[in-house]
Amino acid sequence: MSTDKDTRKNIRKLLRNPSAIYRRPGDLLFTFLVVTLGISIILLTLSMAFVLYGEGSAALREFGFFGFVRGTTWDPAVQLVFGAWPFLLGTVTTSVMALLISILPAIAVAIFTAEYAPRWLANIIDNLIQLIAAVPSVVIGIWGIFVLAPWLRDTVYLPVFMWAESSYPQLLPILGNPMGYGMTTATIVLALMIVPYTTALTKDAIRSVPQEQREACRALGATRWEVIRMAILPYARGGILAGAILSLGRAIGETMAVAMLIGNKNTLPFTIFGAGATMPSVIVNEFREAVESLHLSSLMAIGFTLFIIALIVNLFAAYLTRKFSIKGGQVI
Amino acid sequence: MYTNRIITTAIFMAFLSISCGNGDNGNGGSLPGSGGGSSAENRIDLLGAGATFPAPLITAMADEYRDLTNNRVTLNYQSIGSGGGIRQFMEQTVMFGMSEAFLSDEVMNNIQQSTGGRAFNMPITLADVVPTYNIPGIGEGVVFDGELLVEIYMGDVTRWNDPKIARLNPDLDLPGLPITVVHRSDGSGTTNVWTSFLSRVSERWRNRVGYATSVNWPVGIGGNGNEGVAGAVQNTPGAIGYNSFTYALLNDMSYGSVVNASGNVIEPSFEATSEAANIDLPEDTRVLFTNTPAEYGYPIAGFAWMLIYENLDANNAISNRREAEELIRFLIWSITDAQEMSESLGFARLPETALERNFAMIRQLKWNGELLGASLLEDHPLAASL
Repeated sequence: MSTDKDTRKNIRKLLRNPSAIYRRPGDLLFTFLVVTLGISIILLTLSMAFVLYGEGSAALREFGFFGFVRGTTWDPAVQLVFGAWPFLLGTVTTSVMALLISILPAIAVAIFTAEYAPRWLANIIDNLIQLIAAVPSVVIGIWGIFVLAPWLRDTVYLPVFMWAESSYPQLLPILGNPMGYGMTTATIVLALMIVPYTTALTKDAIRSVPQEQREACRALGATRWEVIRMAILPYARGGILAGAILSLGRAIGETMAVAMLIGNKNTLPFTIFGAGATMPSVIVNEFREAVESLHLSSLMAIGFTLFIIALIVNLFAAYLTRKFSIKGGQVI
Repeated sequence: MYTNRIITTAIFMAFLSISCGNGDNGNGGSLPGSGGGSSAENRIDLLGAGATFPAPLITAMADEYRDLTNNRVTLNYQSIGSGGGIRQFMEQTVMFGMSEAFLSDEVMNNIQQSTGGRAFNMPITLADVVPTYNIPGIGEGVVFDGELLVEIYMGDVTRWNDPKIARLNPDLDLPGLPITVVHRSDGSGTTNVWTSFLSRVSERWRNRVGYATSVNWPVGIGGNGNEGVAGAVQNTPGAIGYNSFTYALLNDMSYGSVVNASGNVIEPSFEATSEAANIDLPEDTRVLFTNTPAEYGYPIAGFAWMLIYENLDANNAISNRREAEELIRFLIWSITDAQEMSESLGFARLPETALERNFAMIRQLKWNGELLGASLLEDHPLAASL
């Protein structure tokens, strides 16, 4: 009886002064650990940005931030002029296109595994998708070089090119050299590489839709498709969008497979089948042997720009999730 | 369940310690006492970093040298690229750097000011680059000259049956296939040698593209590494690329012969590469000898240099006189006896002229003003004869 009273007294004391809970040594230690690690992440990110900016500042001073971002010449040998615009354009084009290509199949797979497929089949599909995510990108790149690129060249690019040559020769400058290594190949491989991420995140979003939501919808006489369309997708859309944007972040940062397949042409204009370059690809290509200090600094500045773009994408994802997620009480 | 957790934690901690260990790049390889047979105080670790091209040779030399010295002297070479090699050399985190481009005048001056002595560029091996191609039905031996390669890489000659190619190859029945130009996308000494040859033979190339480890290519696609170029060339009928000679040999690629400055058609070979450098070299060997004046020299070749401070004591990475002494000993061995290993690993030997220049530079190496290199060279049989 008295212990009960003590407990109640303790609780009352705690409620009056919540920080009292942190006075126990175990709690104290744990709090210290968690806070230190949490802050170290912030410090790590900030110091990363700081180093990238510091190392890239020579190039940013030389050309100005916007001059650097909008500059179209990348000449490490004669003029020593560096501009990131071709790489920025290449990164945005390939990753956005890859997202557009991959998002519908990814959502479809997620719906199938979460709603339609029997458990054993869903498990198999899940595992296979996780397997794709686990394949190192350099392996995907090798597969792309030896299998996908020649196949695409012979069955897609060359026939399209021949057709355009005979019927619409004005299209040729847009199509570009159909040699197999180029923007389209890189985009397709990127799409393949981000499907697992979009799928996994979409599936989580769909799984988190409350069972009651589905049941309510069915009770109103909805068919399976209508349940998905009216109850599940609207409820899960915030998560799906956030997942898509995070996959976009993956695509923006993907380096090896793209560098191996995009053809690495540092000058505009880029063409549909022709070679191009992205920001990570030019960094991985030129960093090791960049001897001129301005060259190295420009590569760092590209890294800094990439960092900012990744930051924007993440903030955008957070915004979308907040705006579109359903907390209840809304009309949809 | 509980044991599981303990095991997991143990594994995690093990990983943590391993990854921490790897992060310590500055003193990599300085684990004491792990050498068999000799005591820890006696052991010397030489630390170098730089170009990737000579890495297989340097690594093989390191193994051989460790055996020769009964595990007493080990060499840790990190192939991080020429740019990284030069930077680490300047930051004095390595005892020697390795580069496929010689140090610029600016860097040489900086080092002169900061250490009071020169930086030496010592040729240690040779890089040779060959044009590789994929023309269906045609094997090895297509002949190119400098001007033709410039026009192909400028995008002016676009088909294999172009009269400019036919003129050099009257016996071949070349198809009307479009030429796909392939170049290295990553910065590389191979590109440096290749573009320096094109710059030497063509003013237009020199003014528009120039030469460097990576340049602003007018046309073509970039493959990552020797293997990326090889993959693109072998997969694309009508492609032309460039690879280091060894790589082309090992991978059965078709490679062409090149007309040199004397007008001779030179088929790539280790001898022709060594011959190319057998010219009147400047004292500091900072020279590109692409388009060599040597009559039977292969024209697309260059040195890989070992970078070393004249005043060894000024290099923070070298902490005592014994380390400096062992470094010089290794250096002497690597340019003399160790050159025997070259051909079997796919490298060309240093020619006599380069050896002569190297000896002259080694004689000037100092430790606190003491001419350490000269005393070590005194009783070397080869040095005496040159």
